[in-house]
Amino acid sequence: MKMTRYREGEPGDFAFTAEDRARARVLVARYPEGRQASAVIALLDLAQRQSGGWLPREAVEYVANFLEMAPIRVYEVASFYSMFNLEPVGRHLVQVCRTTPCWLRGAAELTESCCEKLGVGLGETSADGEFTLVEVECLGACANAPMVQIGDDYYEDLTPERLGQILDDLKAGKEVPGGSRIGRQSSMAEGGMTTLKDLPEHAPSDPSGAPAAPGEGA
Amino acid sequence: MLQDKDRVFTNLYGQDDWRLAGALRRGVWDGTKGMIELGRDEIVERIKDSELRGRGGAGFPAGLKWSFMPKESDGRPRYLIVNADESEPGTCKDREILRNDPHRLLEGCVVAGFAMGATACYIYIRGEFYRETERLQQAIDEAYEAGLIGNNACKSGWDYDIYLHRGAGAYICGEETALLESLEGKKGQPRLKPPFPAAVGLYGCPSTVNNVETIAVAPEILRRGVAWWTGLGRPRNTGTKIFSISGHVEQPCNVEEEMGIPLKELIETHAGGVRGGWDNLLAVIPGGSSVPLLPKSICDTVLMDFDSLQAVKSGLGTAAVIVMDTSTDVVAAIANLSHFYMHESCGQCTPCREGTGWMWRVMTRMVEGRAGIDEIDTLLDVTRQVEGHTICALGDAAAWPIQGLIRHFRPELERRILEYKTSGRVAAQAAAE
Repeated sequence: MKMTRYREGEPGDFAFTAEDRARARVLVARYPEGRQASAVIALLDLAQRQSGGWLPREAVEYVANFLEMAPIRVYEVASFYSMFNLEPVGRHLVQVCRTTPCWLRGAAELTESCCEKLGVGLGETSADGEFTLVEVECLGACANAPMVQIGDDYYEDLTPERLGQILDDLKAGKEVPGGSRIGRQSSMAEGGMTTLKDLPEHAPSDPSGAPAAPGEGA
Repeated sequence: MLQDKDRVFTNLYGQDDWRLAGALRRGVWDGTKGMIELGRDEIVERIKDSELRGRGGAGFPAGLKWSFMPKESDGRPRYLIVNADESEPGTCKDREILRNDPHRLLEGCVVAGFAMGATACYIYIRGEFYRETERLQQAIDEAYEAGLIGNNACKSGWDYDIYLHRGAGAYICGEETALLESLEGKKGQPRLKPPFPAAVGLYGCPSTVNNVETIAVAPEILRRGVAWWTGLGRPRNTGTKIFSISGHVEQPCNVEEEMGIPLKELIETHAGGVRGGWDNLLAVIPGGSSVPLLPKSICDTVLMDFDSLQAVKSGLGTAAVIVMDTSTDVVAAIANLSHFYMHESCGQCTPCREGTGWMWRVMTRMVEGRAGIDEIDTLLDVTRQVEGHTICALGDAAAWPIQGLIRHFRPELERRILEYKTSGRVAAQAAAE
């Protein structure tokens, strides 16, 4: 029977930095011995961050080598999950949520305004290389719709004007914290909390305390 | 209406400290060792008695699910897997638990993990939730440091690890067996069942997959007692639930309420009402994108729990309430969901891979009315051919919104088709003249 072996440690044009190698080891250690393939998503993510937001072929193969996986298995993963970009992207990846809860509150207008402002179509990168614009499916922030994800942050409760401001600030190199653009905390109703105003005081918890009897504290 | 003293998620909006210190002040991690000392069987019995049903969409009884884990160890590790891959359109409740009350989830991981004899727990969190992952990891680090998890967890003599695992963008990984595949480092394509995960799950070991909210409420049920929990809601539909209210309401929000609250009361009390008033309501999707929509006439009176919504041919799902007022192009709203399912089909089963694309293409024609009247029934027929003919429920989920649309809005579909035909004739006449 033919034995297939993969060469180890031949990084080609891509290799983890010492820092990322250390991170990768921590991530692999989360899984049982011999199950290091479980870390493939996490390592592809590291590789993508290191490569400027996309996964060149060398990076995919490097991860395969690192995890002793067949490269095809790693390609499969890289092509299956939407967060892996197999082509270069701009410095900021702008992902507009397009699904119904956002759409009901103006997602299409957000996309349109972005296309106009950046001078790009969907999937394209602005001429200055700053922004790549894509539409994505539900990002799970529906009570703060419409929203976009840029990089690692969610920007919520948007209008075309508010999003335009965010893009301007990012382009100017400013730090733009994520969150609601109408100043509300998380998904609290805009007019303030309708609940949790009359919470009972708790004695501080004792994790190693006595068994709770049925009905106790009810 | 639920009173504040009965709410479980007391830091739903992050108005208080999410860290361990804040959690301890709010009563999280209180008597956790005591709960462990109840023993596996007793915990499972109590969760069964509480009639807690899974909060991730299917509503399967949680205690029963836990009881499927083998009683005796055969030496293989066993895993509790927490499904934090929240991605059902409309649903944004688990995110609030993950970022604002992470310790409540971790305590649940300990109690539930112990009840099923787990040796470790993986929390599978959707990749886009990067900031939430950061927080949850900090909470895990705090819990290790305080001796709440790890070796001798909560001084119980039991060793238990909790690990975070990030996904990378795939709705299908919310399906439990696809999640397991993804956790093993593969494409997220669902497995055939049986064998069920409790027998052959992660790495071939006994595993149980539960939603974030299900796990997070479990300790509170044990702490306050089964009677307290079953005193809320109705039989088989007990306790509290976080509702995500989105769409055309004055003030979209997440809110924890009693199971069985009337839909109208939920929207009017917590979300500031429907935009333009209740009479301006067109339809509501009551449980996340996968469940059929309900027209206003049903919304007027329906109660928000599993059995009530099933009785009107919809479902509680994830309790994500998507509100549409009369300005909504309801056909386009459902066509948008068809696009979602087409995009998210994993491609494994032919009826779903081909059917979701076909349904979306027909739906885009239905939006314009560029179709024949008989095609409405053809579309309905195709949804039935997809439904129930796939390994996982994504095929069903793609079919149901369209079935709901045809059930309640067939006249609107017909109107568009006739209008399109008429306008075509008018245009042709104009061109001929």
